[in-house]
Amino acid sequence: MPYIANTDSDRAEMLRAAGFSGIGEMWEKAGVKFPYPALAEMPEGRSEYEVLKHLEHLASRNATHLVNFVGGGYYDHIIPSAVDSIISRGEFYTAYTPYQPEASQGTLQAIYEYQTAICRLTGMEVSNASLYDGGTALFEAMMMSVKITGRRQVVISGAVSPIFRRMIDCYCINLDVERIEVPAGSGTDSNLENLGKALSDKTACVIVQYPNFFGGIEDYSGIAAAAHANGALAVCSCYPVALSVLKTPGEMDFDIVTGEGQSLGIPLSFGGPYLGFMAVKSKYMRKMPGRIVGRTVDLDGKEGFVLTLQTREQHIRREHATSNICSNESLCALSALVYLTVVGKQGFVNVGDLCMSKAVFARNELLKIKGVEAVGNGAFFNEFVIKVPCDAAELVGKLIDKGFAAGFPLGRYYSDRRDQLLIAVTEKRSREDIKALANAMEALL
Amino acid sequence: MKLIYQSGKSGRTGAVLPSLDVPQSSAVPSVLRRSATAGLPEVSELETVRHFTNLSRMNMSVDTHFYPLGSCTMKYNPKFHEKVVRMAGFAELHPLLPQLRHGGTLTQGALTVLYETERMLSDILGFAQTTMQPMAGSHGELTGVMLIAAYHKARKDFARKIMLIPDAAHGTNPASATVAGYTTKVVPSDPEGNVDLAALKELLSPEVAGIMLTCPNTLGLFDPHVGEICSLVHGAGGLCYCDGANFNAIVGRLRPGDVGFDVMHVNIHKTFSTPHGGGGPGSGPVGVSEKLVPFLPVSRVVRRNDGTCALEYDYPESIGYIAPFYGNFGIILRAYAYLLTLGRKGLVRVSENAVINANYIAAALDGVYDRKYKRTCMHECVFSATKQMEHGVHALDIAKALIDRGIHPPTIYFPLIVPEALMIEPTETESREELDIFIAAMKEIAELSEKSPERVKECPLTTPVKRLDETSAARKPDLCCP
Repeated sequence: MPYIANTDSDRAEMLRAAGFSGIGEMWEKAGVKFPYPALAEMPEGRSEYEVLKHLEHLASRNATHLVNFVGGGYYDHIIPSAVDSIISRGEFYTAYTPYQPEASQGTLQAIYEYQTAICRLTGMEVSNASLYDGGTALFEAMMMSVKITGRRQVVISGAVSPIFRRMIDCYCINLDVERIEVPAGSGTDSNLENLGKALSDKTACVIVQYPNFFGGIEDYSGIAAAAHANGALAVCSCYPVALSVLKTPGEMDFDIVTGEGQSLGIPLSFGGPYLGFMAVKSKYMRKMPGRIVGRTVDLDGKEGFVLTLQTREQHIRREHATSNICSNESLCALSALVYLTVVGKQGFVNVGDLCMSKAVFARNELLKIKGVEAVGNGAFFNEFVIKVPCDAAELVGKLIDKGFAAGFPLGRYYSDRRDQLLIAVTEKRSREDIKALANAMEALL
Repeated sequence: MKLIYQSGKSGRTGAVLPSLDVPQSSAVPSVLRRSATAGLPEVSELETVRHFTNLSRMNMSVDTHFYPLGSCTMKYNPKFHEKVVRMAGFAELHPLLPQLRHGGTLTQGALTVLYETERMLSDILGFAQTTMQPMAGSHGELTGVMLIAAYHKARKDFARKIMLIPDAAHGTNPASATVAGYTTKVVPSDPEGNVDLAALKELLSPEVAGIMLTCPNTLGLFDPHVGEICSLVHGAGGLCYCDGANFNAIVGRLRPGDVGFDVMHVNIHKTFSTPHGGGGPGSGPVGVSEKLVPFLPVSRVVRRNDGTCALEYDYPESIGYIAPFYGNFGIILRAYAYLLTLGRKGLVRVSENAVINANYIAAALDGVYDRKYKRTCMHECVFSATKQMEHGVHALDIAKALIDRGIHPPTIYFPLIVPEALMIEPTETESREELDIFIAAMKEIAELSEKSPERVKECPLTTPVKRLDETSAARKPDLCCP
């Protein structure tokens, strides 16, 4: 039988040693007195070779030929081979949560280094060991704010990812948390003025995204200060690759910073596993959800690492825990760390520069097409919006036939933006790719 | 080992990036730029690889050591699964692709994987449908409890505010129930290690939304009254949640849906052999009986008459979106490969051998260590270091002594109702010889605990670090390299 070491004679002898005449008696004595189920939908087992062939066939039924300009919070960046090589080491990927620190220093030190990388990227003081994804991380940040302030009203920008907002709506079904959603501006801005007006002494936190869902970059220092003036927290969900060059959330005085870490060396993989990250001001660290690793010393005074501040967590605090989260996304956090290490201080800035330059080039090329117009004229990193003289979803459909995933039609989430297309350009897209997209689009318009 | 931030040199980089093939430009004005470059490492690719390879060697793992960590099901993770998830057709697939026009036709392979895994799991669990979206066990718990809440709400039964949870339960159960808006009440265990039926009956009321029961329970025991418990809770108008953390004990042997449960999560990274990753990513699909189907999250994958798969969103009673997309697809894909390899018969062998292995250990160590509930166990056996405590040796000391003997320790101090608990789960993939080595080590440590307890208490001595000062770690937290 696959993956089972016991031979028939082993089984017989082991059953006898455990005091059973056979398998039947074992189940009987254990209290399992039900008949075996039929499992009608389960096929017969197959060999590794056969399963591989089957999966190769299925993989071939997914498109790999498209030149990708779709982002929307999930980006097609270069992943250096060293990342996969390291996370493929069995010592990392077949270990579990480092409950026994002396036997898990590798994982623990790596998480400490990851926490440090996240703090340095975001300009914050304390990071946890990771959360499930950007959406759940944002929900956790919101709940942290509600608990810290003792208030139940949350102000959230309509320029925050609609994917995240729908998740938050779902989690709030049974909770006494009121969300006030402030519609985005008509361009690519969050409408900071209206966002500011929505704040009051009832607000637990204001939530914005950086860059926002339309790719727009705004200085949030003012809205963070306004939140603080109202006794509320300022929460920001951000795209970590953009932080290679952007003013940090820490510099803008955010209290809690979260984000989707997929862009840091983690494959798109049809929606997961991804990486939620969270970093906070140190005064809030004891309110943070998830695992946290700390540096300490052993009996001989030698430096080592442990899981710490565990009295926040479910296995000790049960119903009083800061969250129900148990495991995190450790291996994805390791991917992010190895990515940031191998790309490194200067390389990461170079990635940012490549993204920005190519995005500007792509936007200029597309705006040359007759009928294509700019949406918003503010700052952007590597994602921007254009207006097309037709239904954007339809145009994207036609461009798929030409070999392009040309962008994300905003009409799916914003009914007043049916003629708008959100386009992401990473360092993977060449000048030729961009020119070809522009040509294909022009031919269709 | 030195931190990566203490290695390398200013100006060094491991990155080999494409050169700029468009004019240098930027739409980010200087006022929106960070004031200083992020302090990331400045090392070569070799330095990176050597650093992390050496870090990895300070870990115990399933690939390197016997790892009988109770309730975590540290079974072998087949290597070809890693190959499958790296196939470009899966790894490079953008999750928004099926939401574009004609996008469904571009993702048929991935949608088929989701659909067929869902069907197989529903069959294995004995439920009508399963959502693949929860990203971990605790996330599945939260989803499941939210489904229970949606059910009561749809029936306009608003009085049900209480979730019952046995005292042996994992901490995530009460935490998940709380995050879903419930207050929790504890159901005690009886002297046999089962749910105390009399106490349960007293707790049942029109305010009870349901019960969260781990099956088999966290003592590694199968509660023979599980059917009766479900009937009692149903009789009071509540629903029964099965925590499937221990499903490896019964996979292929018993379907929780057949016993009377209404909803359950299963930890893919336990029962279905996906790697634990040093603490995630996992996956925690939730199966439900017919009456909870309307409330399942969206999107859902359906198979049309022409055999193609598609995403559907139009379910007005759905609780909504608990994940950004379709779940931890890469993890689900590994489970799919595992299920196809094992097939029906292979599944039954999993639970059989898991239970044989655990009972083999239980029989060999009975008498050497105390066992509070001396019954035939399921996939794990829970011992107690109470006997060794007479010599001042605690469960923690035994754990550390095992590390020195090349064995990852069992789970310790859980469940909370067992003093000095040592929770041992060998899994089905370990050989009898490996179990014999473990048994011998446990006996030797027990003997040493009597003769020279100080030698047990000084362990571990073979690890990169000795016992660590956890108190000062929590008191003066150093969580980030300055």
